[in-house]
Amino acid sequence: MSNLLKVSSSPHVRAKDDSSIIMLYVIIALMPTTLFGIINFGIRALLLIAVCITSCVLSEFLFEKAVGKKNTIGDLSAAVTGLLLALNLPHTLPVWQAVLGSVFAIVVVKMLFGGLGQNFMNPALGGRVFLLISFAGTMTHFEYDGVAGPTPLTSIGGGNVNTLDMLIGRTAGTIGETSALCILIGAIILILLGVIDLVIPGVYILTFSIFVILFGGHGLDTTFLVAHLCGGGLMLGAFFMATDYVTSPITPLGKVLFGICLGVLTGIFRFFGNSAEGVSYAIIFSNLLVPLIEKITVPRAFGISKEVKSNE
Amino acid sequence: MGLRTFKGGVHPYEGKELSKEKPIKDIKPQGLMVYPLSQHIGAPAQACVAVGDSVLRGQKIAEAGGFVSAPIFSSVSGTVKAIEPRRVATGDMVNSIIIESDGQFIETGFEPCEDFTKLSNEEIIKKIQDAGIVGMGGAGFPTHVKLSPNNPEKIEYIIANCAECEPYLTSDYRSMVEEPEKLITGMKIILQLFPKAKGLLGVEDNKSDVIASLEKLVENEPRIEVVPLLTKYPQGGERQIIKACTGREINSKMLPADAGCIVDNVATINAIYTAIVEGKPVMDRIFTLTGDAVMEPRNYRICIGMSCKEILEAAGGFVREPAKIISGGPMMGFAVMDADIPTTKTSGALVCLSEDEVSMYETTACINCGRCVEACPEKLIPSRLSKFSDHGDKETFEKWYGLECIECGSCSFACPARKPLAQSIKTMKKQILADKRKK
Repeated sequence: MSNLLKVSSSPHVRAKDDSSIIMLYVIIALMPTTLFGIINFGIRALLLIAVCITSCVLSEFLFEKAVGKKNTIGDLSAAVTGLLLALNLPHTLPVWQAVLGSVFAIVVVKMLFGGLGQNFMNPALGGRVFLLISFAGTMTHFEYDGVAGPTPLTSIGGGNVNTLDMLIGRTAGTIGETSALCILIGAIILILLGVIDLVIPGVYILTFSIFVILFGGHGLDTTFLVAHLCGGGLMLGAFFMATDYVTSPITPLGKVLFGICLGVLTGIFRFFGNSAEGVSYAIIFSNLLVPLIEKITVPRAFGISKEVKSNE
Repeated sequence: MGLRTFKGGVHPYEGKELSKEKPIKDIKPQGLMVYPLSQHIGAPAQACVAVGDSVLRGQKIAEAGGFVSAPIFSSVSGTVKAIEPRRVATGDMVNSIIIESDGQFIETGFEPCEDFTKLSNEEIIKKIQDAGIVGMGGAGFPTHVKLSPNNPEKIEYIIANCAECEPYLTSDYRSMVEEPEKLITGMKIILQLFPKAKGLLGVEDNKSDVIASLEKLVENEPRIEVVPLLTKYPQGGERQIIKACTGREINSKMLPADAGCIVDNVATINAIYTAIVEGKPVMDRIFTLTGDAVMEPRNYRICIGMSCKEILEAAGGFVREPAKIISGGPMMGFAVMDADIPTTKTSGALVCLSEDEVSMYETTACINCGRCVEACPEKLIPSRLSKFSDHGDKETFEKWYGLECIECGSCSFACPARKPLAQSIKTMKKQILADKRKK
């Protein structure tokens, strides 16, 4: 009886992509933004990126070692978190603060809730908001070409913004948020590789645009609108952070609702709050709504008509 | 017009080129024949021969065990050796009639029918019932039951399931290439039962040659139409092919007849042709033996009851050590411990793979990517259903429509965390359905 074959439940074949390949795709898609950030802000940006990725991967490794869990750094998700966190930091941030943010993102936001797939909040944004609250001074200090200055969104009141510069990314800001163009190239890569679809970012950007037109105080002023879309990390947030699988709804209708929440919240925070950008807060706040959103958007199964459902 | 299809589904490696070009080859069995008494959905058949009896090819060896059941016929002439439980493809032990072939293949007399148009509906259904025809695509639902709906006048479409969406399988394809007239005539016989119905032949577009030749054959058949379908798994799922061909949707509590449809696959319709025109019961079928471990992957015309092992030996055995042998296709078939299992009316294939890819993968955490949701042809949320199943939460499982799962395996296929989603959903479904039967 020794040469019996293995049996298992069907199906007996699997698709090629596994989770780590998906994470690798995200890293590849972030490369244009990352490279531009390094070119734009210099070697200090590279240092922060390296520091964040190393601290994220290392803290996941050490945490798992400490609690006797299986090592999962090979799934690359910690590396993605580190990279995203770095792209959300000003290049002038002290290194020790970046390390602290990375440890917070991985240990508190991700691992304490059960690791990959269990966190209810985007770890990179959790880390960023932690830093933003703790070190408001260094986190909102931006320099461009060696000169300290405001980000385009804070100076838009004065009307002196160059939307072409904002599109390309030749402005002050965090390492990865300035170039809408590079982010869009990355987004196209993600869409072509089938990693994300347009629903969440599309609905987010559309809702936010409507909000800007209605409540922004500038009506249909396209310069104002483009400045708001390209600035304040909205593109990076919409395509790379709001689409984080773990912290966005899985139901098709839930994705739409999630996008609307993001657009409205970003608008409220920007125009009625005192936050210049609001994207991070909008995303982590909406992350918290995901379980509720999913609960009310369970799709009707194939062949179940409305009448059948109401009879049940 | 774009190709018709359904929403969801996956695109597994097709693997059909291994066996699709070679003509069907006949194999005659030498060894012992095993006829499980349960080869269909419904009551098991009752043996009507005793140990020591000699039987002829085409002789009935087991009577139907009720209306939803089907008789079984010997496919060889020889002697009944035993009636005892034998292991079948699903792993179960099933009471079976074992017959030793005398190698002569002496047949009982068959009554061919010159002109089936003279037969009444009752006569046709009786002949189909008496020939032991069941859904030969794998489900094994007795065909005469399917063809006797409550409101026959409400049947608008007879759909021939020519999709053959399972990877590797080519038996329907070969029979449509070599003997398409059987399919067309079989369809005409069914259409005769339902004067208001239209016959649709749903073929995936990876069989464009078949689409072209069938279209030519039905040129002068106003009641039959070829419907090219997008190549996508599970296009041949009953609910999916109804949706693709007619736009109608049915759920687990409905029968195709509720949507005015009857669906039969190619092998079943060919069996109807054989039963009515040639007067022969179900004794043979086309069988795909394939996979990279097989010496000569191709389609064979086999006598039902032959051991898969014997087919393998007749086909030259293995070129490589097989790591996994699957009875049926790789998406829904059953992995078997050993090739020594009998073929039945519903066994259409044996796929022998030199690599067991599933056992090499390690399951990781669900990252909520939603690929299972995109893949599910039933619009379910497989990742959540599987979680409810793991937690034993029957109530939420049902609320999220878990019972609508058609067990196609698309979710497990697509999952990048390599979670056995379909397996845990199937398990829970079985438990809930068993609970319901108890009540």
